[in-house]
Amino acid sequence: MKIGLDIGSTTIKCIVINDNLEVIHKSYERHYSRIKQKLSEILIFIRDNIKDSKNAEVAISGSAGMGIAEYCNIQFVQEVYATRVAANMFNKGTDVIVELGGEDAKILFLSGNTEVRMNGSCAGGTGAFIDQMATLLDVPIEKINELSKQHEKIYTIASRCGVFAKSDIQPLLNQGAKKSDIAASIFYAVVNQTIAGLAQGRKIKGNILYLGGPLTFMSELRHSFDTVLNTHGVCPENSLYYVALGAAICSNEKCDIGSLAESIKNYKSSSNFAFNEPLFNTKKDYKDFTDRHSLNKVDFKDINSYHGNVYIGIDAGSTTIKAAIVGENLELLDSLYLKNNGNPLPIIKDFLEGFYKQYPHLSISACTATGYGEELIKNAFNIDYGIVETIAHLTAAKYFMPNVEFIIDIGGQDIKCFKVRNGNIDNIFLNEACSSGCGSFLQTFANTLGYSIEDFSKLGLFASKPVDLGSRCTVFMNSSVKQAQKDGATIEDIAAGLSLSVVKNALYKVIRATSPESIGKNVVVQGGTFLNDSVLRAFEKELSINVIRPNIAGLMGAYGAAIYAKQHKKDKSSILGPKELLEFSHNTTYATCNGCSNNCKLTINNFKNNRRYISGNRCERPINNKEANDRLNIYSYKLSLLNEYKNVKGKREQIGLPRVLNMYELLPFWYKFFTTLGFGITVSPLSTRDLYLSGQQSIPSDTICFPAKLAHGHIEHLLANNVKTIFYPCMSYNIDEGLGDNHYNCPVVAYYPEVLSSNIEGIKSITFIKDYVGIHRRNDFPRKIHSILSKYFNNITLKEVKLAATKAYEEYDLYLAKIREKGNEIIKTADKENKKIIVLAGRPYHLDPEINHSIDKIITSLGAAVISEDVISSNVDKFPVSVLNQWTYHSRLYSAAKYISNKKNMNLVQLVSFGCGVDAITTDEVRAILETNNKIYTQIKIDEISNQGAVKIRLRSLLSAIDEQWS
Amino acid sequence: MAELKYDKNGRLLFTKEMKDEYTILLPMMLPIHFRLVQKVFDHYGYKTVLLDTTDPEIAQEGLKYVHNDTCYPALLVIGQFIHALKSGKYDINKTALMITQTGGGCRASNYIHLLRKALKSAGFENVPVISLNLSGLEKNSGFKLSLSMIKRMIGGLVYGDILMLLNNQVSPYEVNKGSCKKLVNKWTNILANQLNKGKGFGVKKFRKNMNSIADDFSKIKIVHSNKVKVGIVGEIYVKYSALGNNQLEQFLAGQDCEVLIPGILGFMSFKVDNRLEDIKLYGGSHIKSLVIKLLLNYIEKIERVLIDAVKRSPIFTVPLTYKSTKSLVDGLIGYGNKMGEGWLLTAEMLELIHAGYNNIICAQPFGCLPNHICGKGMIRKIKELNPNANIVAIDYDPGSPKVNQENRIKLMLAIAKENLSNSASQVKPISVDNNATALNVSELPINT
Repeated sequence: MKIGLDIGSTTIKCIVINDNLEVIHKSYERHYSRIKQKLSEILIFIRDNIKDSKNAEVAISGSAGMGIAEYCNIQFVQEVYATRVAANMFNKGTDVIVELGGEDAKILFLSGNTEVRMNGSCAGGTGAFIDQMATLLDVPIEKINELSKQHEKIYTIASRCGVFAKSDIQPLLNQGAKKSDIAASIFYAVVNQTIAGLAQGRKIKGNILYLGGPLTFMSELRHSFDTVLNTHGVCPENSLYYVALGAAICSNEKCDIGSLAESIKNYKSSSNFAFNEPLFNTKKDYKDFTDRHSLNKVDFKDINSYHGNVYIGIDAGSTTIKAAIVGENLELLDSLYLKNNGNPLPIIKDFLEGFYKQYPHLSISACTATGYGEELIKNAFNIDYGIVETIAHLTAAKYFMPNVEFIIDIGGQDIKCFKVRNGNIDNIFLNEACSSGCGSFLQTFANTLGYSIEDFSKLGLFASKPVDLGSRCTVFMNSSVKQAQKDGATIEDIAAGLSLSVVKNALYKVIRATSPESIGKNVVVQGGTFLNDSVLRAFEKELSINVIRPNIAGLMGAYGAAIYAKQHKKDKSSILGPKELLEFSHNTTYATCNGCSNNCKLTINNFKNNRRYISGNRCERPINNKEANDRLNIYSYKLSLLNEYKNVKGKREQIGLPRVLNMYELLPFWYKFFTTLGFGITVSPLSTRDLYLSGQQSIPSDTICFPAKLAHGHIEHLLANNVKTIFYPCMSYNIDEGLGDNHYNCPVVAYYPEVLSSNIEGIKSITFIKDYVGIHRRNDFPRKIHSILSKYFNNITLKEVKLAATKAYEEYDLYLAKIREKGNEIIKTADKENKKIIVLAGRPYHLDPEINHSIDKIITSLGAAVISEDVISSNVDKFPVSVLNQWTYHSRLYSAAKYISNKKNMNLVQLVSFGCGVDAITTDEVRAILETNNKIYTQIKIDEISNQGAVKIRLRSLLSAIDEQWS
Repeated sequence: MAELKYDKNGRLLFTKEMKDEYTILLPMMLPIHFRLVQKVFDHYGYKTVLLDTTDPEIAQEGLKYVHNDTCYPALLVIGQFIHALKSGKYDINKTALMITQTGGGCRASNYIHLLRKALKSAGFENVPVISLNLSGLEKNSGFKLSLSMIKRMIGGLVYGDILMLLNNQVSPYEVNKGSCKKLVNKWTNILANQLNKGKGFGVKKFRKNMNSIADDFSKIKIVHSNKVKVGIVGEIYVKYSALGNNQLEQFLAGQDCEVLIPGILGFMSFKVDNRLEDIKLYGGSHIKSLVIKLLLNYIEKIERVLIDAVKRSPIFTVPLTYKSTKSLVDGLIGYGNKMGEGWLLTAEMLELIHAGYNNIICAQPFGCLPNHICGKGMIRKIKELNPNANIVAIDYDPGSPKVNQENRIKLMLAIAKENLSNSASQVKPISVDNNATALNVSELPINT
């Protein structure tokens, strides 16, 4: 008899087989992190209920089982390996296994060269991910599958990591997208994640086996895999138990089950996890703490005894909906704090109906909407004002602390921090897509461990050794918790540790604070997450200051909005009255905007009386049918300049140029160079989603930046268009513009051709020229490139090459000059029209609309002009910076930041590609340059997918902060 | 007390007076190597302390003072410095820090600037930082690299390489546990003593010392057993530093593996050779090229001594020369690929495979830019050419827990063990001509 135990992150699977390899017992149970108790129960059950099981061969598998196996001296079988053993035994002829578990995704290639792939540390969980998404949609996990069957359309959801996808889904929900469509989209995201992250260039084909919980329980997920892979996979019997089966098969050490169960109970790991000091040492400490915080309060007044005008603020947040009704003295009369269950509209409708019914004696003077869902609810209920949530929070914070210096708000999904100077928002820190979800992470984590969030947060208060879980993204925290459990941390230690992580994440990842002094002494904390005493205490301890937590910490956005309404009061609010509410109706339809090549997928919310609200658009065109305003947009101009380099035939061979990375800026150079030599040119088109997907199979590193990933699609495009020669040189050095100490390209830009050539199958059958070229040495260049070209082509003379090189440099200089000229023209016009100018700074390849997600157009739609860093960088002489200034593109950023320091109407927004390591250095430096000159620094992280809502909030906050600076 | 002096850009200088009064803290990467190099500093009159701390707070300090998306080695090295400065063990008015700077196109050249920023935020802006580099970056009156000092440091590193190499090859098989460790300690002391006195370098002395080291190791009693052979390559800090890779070597030893880590000499040659390649590819001064060749020749000479020493006993796997390693990637990846570990990383994977170490851990900090290219980007090609290659890429950063890393490595090991039992007796012959010096060493079984 053989026993296999698979101890995963959330469950224990157990299988017992006899000597003929027949399954005689199996069990599948959640362990709620009480692994050793559960495990010994399972073993005792087997001993007592299965004949002849006293002495069986036992093996343990699964990452959470490693420690126990070591301690009890039980055979350990790595789980992927176990799966392979089982598949080889029960499913001969299988080519590929796709296995999704609680937190792991795996692909095993069995036929041909056997290979095993597990998700990288970034990819996060898939089962846990679907769980989280279900929580977000507020449907039981089983229902996701049913919902998905009814889908009509698929949204693009980021497939890199769960947290990321979450921030895509939330705005969709807030904009009224259907749950069924989102459910199906989630499955497709999982499929894409698995393929892009794991297959890494190897095709998934042949006989496919689906294993693990999600694929077993969700037919639609299997269906999504079938569709994308264009195959028909099989989910075998015992598909949940393959790891346990494999472990059982591998087991070859007999042991006494009873005493094993005993020794597991005694398992205590060395307890060598890193930990922090307790949050509270004594009950008295805790009491002092709660007493102190109970002082910060808004006055409540009984609404029934109040007469007169009221003001309403509604904060439609990412997961919750909050509303505040205040009177003339800003006393709080009534409030609402509810989960939005994916659709805020019915909740607000109920709230308003209730209000009209219960308090007919009150009249609403004005109402303000704020938060993620601001525009939707403002349109739906005809609300008077909409303000950016940052302004709402500042307004509320000032009520509690007029001299507030710093506001930090941790909500379910977002962390928002504002530095306040002279009563104005001076700087904004928002969490980047990677670290979002901290508040709701606590919630989800509490749930998986079987606690309510309230109980969970209390657990940590007196923990003796709060675990140090790191301050990275929540997916990492998940794995850190696993590690801590393995090392013997208690639930209490973990609960306290998670609170600390939330705080550290906010402080060091989002705010990047180094000392309490940089935050200031007058701090207001708010947001639902700070209602958790553990989090609040951890925050105070970490900064060694006492902060103010208003008694309405979760309600501050709504309260601030209400104050705003009061400040801008009218005779009568325009909000829908009781009668209009009766007739309130809402439905959503979908359309694709054909206004330009972006083809935005629009969600159209239709309300009564032909009122509607459109979301998903990147410019104003689908709304007012006007051309996007490109007059003051350098990005549009640059694109049109580049588009003039059209495909041509020549007397020599046709050469393909991929429009990627540095080729964006060097296209004029190489185009002129090759056409002068008589070559024909095929340029790959502007990126599209489909173009990206066509290349994603061969991306070897899932954590590399999106602009590099896109290159695979461009090569595939050129290959598909029968280009036989592709020119894409490696370039360690860029042209020296005299702005820095050196003039490198970043490693990825410099050497990505190497990756393409080693990973794209089709390149083998064409000529791919990826030689190392140095255009930074104008005099040496012709000779060097001549000898390179002579390797591939006949009869090219050095004389010809010299001429072509001269023309190429001229063309390149001309291209840059044109950009500067146009840019200066935009600056002049904006100055004349008294418009704000945003320097949208990044890299040349951020010009690609698929990369920048038309953020330039969002800015122009908000009424500002857009220029790029290269327009102004050459106006500045080299100056010392506090980093090694050694990359050409990045030097431009520092110079641009320096240049705008005394330009009143110019501000800089830095575009940063997710995963860009170099920008870890540039962002801090650009910020420092701007801040020494009293400019607001704004950074927008972009990836495969953009979160339009968050980007808009950020830009609007910036613009309104500038307004306040001006006034 | 030494006066604080600044250059025109406001950089705090390490002055001559400081040389006498200050203690210089050095970050740890390779324990054997760095202890020896430290003695060279001692010889030149610097007071130095090698930071061998491993406290969990180190990463925390790093996270606090360095941008969290910066590479893990920067977080650790800077965290280790700040942790030390805060510990109270050192008089912060008489302490300086030293950090290497390569001047390459990778983020690593920026560590020193990140360190200064961090020092400023942590309130240690009066602690001077010395850049150790061969590119003439950042001069200090109190610290000068002379040619003889460079030669002595190279000496320390080469001794480190041979001790590390032989220790790794013999210790898994030693009969009396700890005998290799004893030998390493014995030789570290002998060599430290020599270097401290300004001796122990010069080709003749190298030969004598290294031959004796090899002979000593060949005398250690070993027992033959079929162990999984694992090679480690990757970003230099994470590859070598136990603090960076969560005690990877120790873990592998616990899993009953034999480990091979390519030495640091290859990396040095690579960094020097890069300058030559640059001139070849893009043009440049002839004279510069000649000077570089001289240095390269010197390193090659010592390398030859090391290889000759290892060859003295047939039980050892002999490393390839830098030149032969370089030839392995010809046509696979360009020699212009020089940022970070560049083409050398790819070449080292191939070197390992050719030496019979088919199981490879490619270790890098999370998001390491050059490794996207020459590590992860090349694995597919390497496997295509060597179907037996069993490579796993492991990312390290302050957030990725050890349990996940170990689990991934265990998977690689499970396959390695399976391959080992399938082909217990099959050994691939080496196919590289090592300038006629290479033996087909991997064909020689390890036993006595």
